[in-house]
Amino acid sequence: MLQSHLPLFLVLVVALGLGVFILVVSSLVGPKRPSAVKADAFECGNPPSGYARERFGVKFYLVAILFLVFDIEAVFIYPWAIVFSDSTRGAGTLSPLLVVVEMVVFVGILMIGLAYAWRKGALEWGPEHGKGLETTTAGH
Amino acid sequence: MQDLVSFLNSQLQTVFGLSETLFPYVAAAMVLAIAFGFTVFAAVYAGVFIFFERRIAGRIMSRIGPNRVGPQGLLQFIADAVKLIFKEDIIPTSADRPLFKLAPYLMFIGVVAGFAVLPFSHRVIAADLNVGLLYVLAITSITVVGVLMSGWASNSKWALFGGMRSAAQLVSYEIPSGLALLPAVLLSGSLSTQEIIMAQAGSPEHALTAGGWPWNWYIFHSPMMFVCFVIFFIAQLAEGARLPFDLPEGESELVSGYNTEYSGFRFGAYFTAEFANTWIAGALCVIVFFGGWQIPGAAVPSAEAIAASGATWTWFGYSIEYAGWGAFWLEALSFLFFIVKMAGVVFIIIQLRWTVPRVRIDQMMTICWKYLLPLTFACLFLILGWMIVLPWESTAALVVRIVMALAGAVLLALYAWRVRYNIHSAGDKVYPHWII
Repeated sequence: MLQSHLPLFLVLVVALGLGVFILVVSSLVGPKRPSAVKADAFECGNPPSGYARERFGVKFYLVAILFLVFDIEAVFIYPWAIVFSDSTRGAGTLSPLLVVVEMVVFVGILMIGLAYAWRKGALEWGPEHGKGLETTTAGH
Repeated sequence: MQDLVSFLNSQLQTVFGLSETLFPYVAAAMVLAIAFGFTVFAAVYAGVFIFFERRIAGRIMSRIGPNRVGPQGLLQFIADAVKLIFKEDIIPTSADRPLFKLAPYLMFIGVVAGFAVLPFSHRVIAADLNVGLLYVLAITSITVVGVLMSGWASNSKWALFGGMRSAAQLVSYEIPSGLALLPAVLLSGSLSTQEIIMAQAGSPEHALTAGGWPWNWYIFHSPMMFVCFVIFFIAQLAEGARLPFDLPEGESELVSGYNTEYSGFRFGAYFTAEFANTWIAGALCVIVFFGGWQIPGAAVPSAEAIAASGATWTWFGYSIEYAGWGAFWLEALSFLFFIVKMAGVVFIIIQLRWTVPRVRIDQMMTICWKYLLPLTFACLFLILGWMIVLPWESTAALVVRIVMALAGAVLLALYAWRVRYNIHSAGDKVYPHWII
C-alpha cells in the first residue's frame, strides 16, 4: 500500500516544489512597478463598478446537487464492475445475472431521479427558462 | 516506480556495466529523477503541444504560424515560458490574496499528479495503482477546486462568471466521462491502467491474435463500445475546456474566464495545466480504447510465465529476451506505438478546435444531462448483455471485432479523404501529396 502510493506523494511534492521554485524565481527577476490602476480588477478599461461577488444563478447550485448524486453513484458502480467481472469468471459466489439485475434496479431508481429533475426543469438552461434565476437582476 | 527503478538499475548494470554496490544511492537518485522527470514531462509536453496547436492552426487558416525561435519554431514555448517568468506578478488589491496564490498550484498539481498512473510503455509508469483509473479521474477533479478558487479569489466579474461556468461544466461532464470508461473495467476486471492495457489481447499462441492489433482494442469490442469512446472523447473535450466546449474562457464573452486577473507565471501555471490536460485525455483514450502501448503481434508474458520460464516476449515467431538491450528496444517500440496513437488523438483534438464553433451554455448542459448520460447507461447495459452472449475469448466475438476494426479503418479513410478534399477546395496544396 505505502510502497505503491509513495511515488504519488513524491510526484505531488516535486510538482509543488517546481511550482514554488518557478514562482520564487519569477518574483526575483520580474519587475515590480505597482500602481493603483494596475491592481484594479479588470473591467474592460473602466474602473470596476460595484462588488463582484453578487448573488448568483441558482442553476449552478442545482447542477452541483445533481453532480453529487450522480458522481457518488458512478463511484459506487466502479467496485460493482469488479464484482461483476469476477462473477463472470466464476471467482465470486454470485451469479452474473443476479449482479446485473441488482445494478439494473439501482440505476433504474437513479433514472427515475433524473427524469424527475428533468421534468422539474432543473436541466433547462435556455434563456426562456428560469427567468431571473440566471442573472443577479434585482426584483426577482 | 519500484518496478521502474529496478528495471533501470538492471539496465544500468547489464548495458552500462554499473557496479551493484552503488545501487542504493543510484536508486535514491533515480526515484527523485523519475518524479522530477514526470513533472517536467508534463510541462514540456504542454509546450510542445502548444507549438503543434499553433502550427496546425496556422495550416488550417492558410498562414504559417510560429517558425522563428529554434528549428521551425519548436523552441517557441521556451521563449514564452521565459517571457512569462520575467513578467510582473500582479495581484489585484480587491483579491483574496491567499486563495489567489493557492489556486494555480491546485491546477498544476491536479494535472501533474494525473500523469503518475498513465503508462508510457510496459515498465515506464510512475505508479501502477490497483485503482489507477479511479485515481486519475479523482485527482484531475482537483482542478475544479482550483478553477472555482481562482474565480472567487480574483473578485472580478469576468473571473467569477468564468469560474462558475467552468465548475458547472467540469462537474457535469465528469459523470459521462467516468461512466464511459466503465465498460473497459467490466471487460478487463481491473482498475489498473496496465492491466486494462494487458487485457486488450487475444490468444497469445498466434501472432495475429496476440495483443496490440486493432481487433483486440476495446473500442472495436462492440458498436456500443464505439459509442462509449465517442462519449468519453466529447466529455474529455469538455473536461479540458477545449472547443467546442471552451465556454469557461470564451474570449469574446468572458475576456479569459477564471484566469482573467492572473499574470506572469501564475497565468503560466494555468496555461501549462490546461494543455497538459490534453495528454491525460489522449492517454486515457489510448489506454482504455486503443490498446495502450501494446506492440501488434507481441504477446506480453504473464506473471506466471515469467516465473516459470523467464521474461521472454514472442513476436512473429521470434523470441526476444526481456533483458539488456532487448528490454530497451521492446520498451522503446511499445513507447513508439503509444505515442503514435496519442498523436492521432491529440491531432483530432487540435483539429476540432479550428473546425467547430463554440456551443451555448444551455446546449452544453443539454448535451451532457439529456443525451450523454442516458446514452452512457444504455450502452453500459447493452455491453453487459453483449459480454454475456459473446464472451471475449469466443471466435464469434473475434470475428465481430475484426469486422468492427475494418469498419473503423473505412471510417478513418473517409476522414482522411474528406480532409484532403477540404484542403483542396480551399485552393491549398496537400502535402505529403501521396495521402490517398
